[in-house]
Amino acid sequence: MFNYLLFSTLLLTFGIAGLIISRKNIIILLMCLEIILLAANTNFVIFAKFWGDIAGQAFVFFVMTVAAAETAIGLALLVLVFRQKNSINVDDLNQLQG
Amino acid sequence: MQEIIFWLFAGIATTAALLVFTIKNPIRAIFALIVTFLATAATWLMLEAEFLAVTLVLVYVGAVMVLMLFVIMMLDIKATVNENRFNRWLPIGLTTAATLLIAVYQIISKADLKFVQPTATLSYTLTGSNTELLGILIFTDYLFQFILAGVLLLVAIIAAIALIYRGPHARKIQRPQQQVLVQAKNRVRLVDGV
Repeated sequence: MFNYLLFSTLLLTFGIAGLIISRKNIIILLMCLEIILLAANTNFVIFAKFWGDIAGQAFVFFVMTVAAAETAIGLALLVLVFRQKNSINVDDLNQLQG
Repeated sequence: MQEIIFWLFAGIATTAALLVFTIKNPIRAIFALIVTFLATAATWLMLEAEFLAVTLVLVYVGAVMVLMLFVIMMLDIKATVNENRFNRWLPIGLTTAATLLIAVYQIISKADLKFVQPTATLSYTLTGSNTELLGILIFTDYLFQFILAGVLLLVAIIAAIALIYRGPHARKIQRPQQQVLVQAKNRVRLVDGV
């Protein structure tokens, strides 16, 4: 149990570290979001086994659905940004700074 | 033995997750993420979540990662290369991650965590099949949420197409809204030959 929780914590940690570090590339940023969601899903699965209740796995099912939708729209927005700016650098998205 | 197998897959998954944002080529980053998903699916199998492990491979590796690969192929390769990935944000990211890791480690190392015997009404011991149990649960207790998830996917499809679609460019298409407005006098008129 402790091993599994440590594993999901490590995944979450790497995801958040990547989210902060990879400021130059929105694709890598989206991939780090996927890692964070995977860590959350792993926690759901661990605690479903821990409590002996399968409801946690149903939540993973729905989180996967939302994550797929999020990725599709995120990539669509990424393509739009690339068409406008010819770049996928987060630092180039500074139009709202005035 | 089970612990050795678990740490083998967990090690593969965490190493690949680390590679995702440290590798330069975005295509290789996507393949590292695929390895992460596959290894995590293996650990989910050890946690008796067989259906979700298969779903993870099918949905993420089969659909989401392929979508990401397509997007990278559509973009300019020079723009997608992960240059300057160790910039001034590196210390901030590492500090945040280390703080989070230490904090969560403190919690989970002190807690009394042992797998308990199933007590809930719908538990693993009811039937043998994980898929059957999950299906019963989703189509009874979570039916409304299931329908809502379907609607969400439909909204995502419409939104993604509406965002990206630019209309026809340099190709001949039919315009039905113009076609139905045609009058009889606009049609080709056949006349007798002289």
